[in-house]
Amino acid sequence: MNQNIGVVVFPGSNCEKDAMEALADLGATPLLLWHADSDLQGVDAVVIPGGFAHGDYLRPGAIARFSPAMEAIIDFAHNGGPVLGICNGFQVLTEAGLLPGALQKNSGLKFLCKEVELQVESTDSVLTNMTSKGQTLRIPINHFEGNFTCTDETLIELQSQDQIILTYTENPNGSMANIAGICNTTRNVVGLMPHPERACHTLLGSTDGRILLESFIQGAHAAV
Amino acid sequence: MDDQLHRSLGLTDDELAKIVEILGRDPNHLELAMYSVMWSEHCSYKSSRIHLKRLPTEGKNVLVGPGENAGVIDVGDGIAIALRIESHNHPSYIEPYQGAATGVGGIIRDIFTMGARPIAIMDPLRFGPLEDARSRWVAEGVVSGISGYGNSVGVPNVGGEIVFDETYKGNPLVNVLCVGILPKERLVLGQASGIGNLAVLLGSTTGRDGIGGVSVLASAGFGDEEEDAEKRPSVQVGDPFEEKRLIEACLELLDEGLVVGIQDLGGAGLACAASETASRGGVGMDFNVSAVPQREAGMQPFEIMTSESQERMLAIVEPENLEQVFAICNKWEIRSSVVGKVTPSGALRIVDDFDGEVLGEVPAASLHEDAPLYERPISEPDDMDTAITDQATTLPGPEKIEDDLFDLLMSPQWATSQYDSQLFLNTVVGPGSNAAVLRLKHPTSGEDTGRGMALTTDGNHRWCAINPRIGSAMTVAESVLNLACVGAVPQALVNCLNYCSHN
Amino acid sequence: MVYDACVEVKLREGIADPQGSTIEKATDNLGFAGITNVRVGKCIRFQVQAGDEEEAKNIVNELCDRFLTNPVIEEAVIEIQVVG
Repeated sequence: MNQNIGVVVFPGSNCEKDAMEALADLGATPLLLWHADSDLQGVDAVVIPGGFAHGDYLRPGAIARFSPAMEAIIDFAHNGGPVLGICNGFQVLTEAGLLPGALQKNSGLKFLCKEVELQVESTDSVLTNMTSKGQTLRIPINHFEGNFTCTDETLIELQSQDQIILTYTENPNGSMANIAGICNTTRNVVGLMPHPERACHTLLGSTDGRILLESFIQGAHAAV
Repeated sequence: MDDQLHRSLGLTDDELAKIVEILGRDPNHLELAMYSVMWSEHCSYKSSRIHLKRLPTEGKNVLVGPGENAGVIDVGDGIAIALRIESHNHPSYIEPYQGAATGVGGIIRDIFTMGARPIAIMDPLRFGPLEDARSRWVAEGVVSGISGYGNSVGVPNVGGEIVFDETYKGNPLVNVLCVGILPKERLVLGQASGIGNLAVLLGSTTGRDGIGGVSVLASAGFGDEEEDAEKRPSVQVGDPFEEKRLIEACLELLDEGLVVGIQDLGGAGLACAASETASRGGVGMDFNVSAVPQREAGMQPFEIMTSESQERMLAIVEPENLEQVFAICNKWEIRSSVVGKVTPSGALRIVDDFDGEVLGEVPAASLHEDAPLYERPISEPDDMDTAITDQATTLPGPEKIEDDLFDLLMSPQWATSQYDSQLFLNTVVGPGSNAAVLRLKHPTSGEDTGRGMALTTDGNHRWCAINPRIGSAMTVAESVLNLACVGAVPQALVNCLNYCSHN
Repeated sequence: MVYDACVEVKLREGIADPQGSTIEKATDNLGFAGITNVRVGKCIRFQVQAGDEEEAKNIVNELCDRFLTNPVIEEAVIEIQVVG
């Protein structure tokens, strides 16, 4: 496939190399995009990885969303470019207004690192187009602020427009409607709290993350 | 100067006499402050060095043994591993979250100061019984602190231990191990060298954090109570975000070959970093205390030199590389300031501007190497006989055996689920097993060598209390067996020995 | 002129606040009866340069909308005072 996929690095990001390793193993060509640089180097798709951009200070993603790279990514997304936000990346996308809602502290008020079961609710997104509706996937979560919330009106919109792409079978963090991942109305911007890049290698546990990243890589191919 | 001042700083009369002998005169406040922190038990190991000298420290794969910031071994394929374990017990009893968090920060700095990227930590923890409210508060705070700092700085926690026992009530043990990986050519020591080279301070501003005992100098000779209250030492607060940027900046400086030596700042702060780097290099240093970026107004030189503010490193740099060093630090938003110059004299001179007043002058090696060596008296504990002759058959049996069984079965998952154990995609066997097993990937190319690295921490206070020698030997044996259980061959051992005060 | 600003960032009405609930339960255990409706927010203090109080308020309002609050879940209560 050989799609060029940009992986953004903010000060404090820490999952960028993991995302690159997982994408490269699946045949894509990942490259790092420095947060202060607005040149996206002609990539076919963008991944905003997990970590603690700007220390999560003020609010997770609150500072990162104003970076030059993010300004370019907002344009890229408005032009239909595929964008995937993982964990901290999901938080950045909501702060940037590319996805609705917000992520709050886990209802149990503790950091949670564990494998969870997700259910595919919609296959109509750049992340889930290779999956089947109702398919279950075991993918790890790793966060303190993964509790998805939005207004009732927004929830109705998300539900009626099939924008909820992944839910938790057993809600670990209090997320509204068990939401683990959503997409925008044009289905090219997706965000999820679980880490698919951590479920790609047989030695490390589940490999259910592969189908999600393969979908994304394929989505990048389609967008070119 | 007050005759008893040295005693309130924790120095004995003999130690003061030794200082006077070294200097050929009485020390001033600043010099006394530096000796008192550098010759403290924590920094100098003055009561334990004669014993620690007996440990076996040589091996064909050892690249760096004791005496530096971390041990380093060669593991083949051009890869080296840095390893160290340290304690942060007392601060964790006072302020559990920050005590544990800054403990994690400190050990991680000891690793990346060698040129290694920290890739895993482990936390062997000991707390008082869960029935005791304070012990519970300490345990929860410590685990949150390790989680909060470790996850945020981006180093996975792949294992450890949690033990609850009456003996730790009021005296929790918070030990943290860190392991790092480096390409052999990036190995760097905490040594100043090259006359005319510059000492550059990287990282956070310097405040009154952790000044502790030396803070008595603030009140010595000052009358104003309100002023004194402002000079109270602050609890050290860790900033994992600063540390993460510091890791990236330092490793980039090392990859670019811009650093001759580098040391992290921990106990005894700048006094330690400046004197140790100079002493190890057999050189001197002029240290400009006015160039140190300060977080608080009106800091005195002795405060600046002994502050334990977190997330700071001291790098030795050739002058022609300075601009590039600044550029890389700016990219990572790390403060960088020239604070010292390497001199041939062997003296650590604290100055107010490089051309300004000399505020203090001591032989650098005297702070680092000439701390007294004590052979403390040894005797068996009074209750030794009773302890040894305890027989399982004569001890009272459990009231409800099922309660004891449940206690034994308690899962540490309440703690380990708060730790990111998966970052870097290396963790094949994570917390809860005999030993952690990590993939060994090349530190620069990221290529999987196909080999793995196993890690374990072990301790047993009961065995060691009954028979320190055999108990310790059995603890080492347990570690070896834990590694064997996951198919690994032991390569190196680091220890963190926690005891009550020698006096 | 220099103004002291204090921005209290509050959770919007209806947004769940597990921290607040936990604290509320704890006050009960500590023997404080009748503590209810605990909500946790944060207070951000700073100084701002402006021609007059109205300009200062406008600057702070915009800062809140664009950055200091996440309007999806938070709102701000602002206090401005001229520095003597």
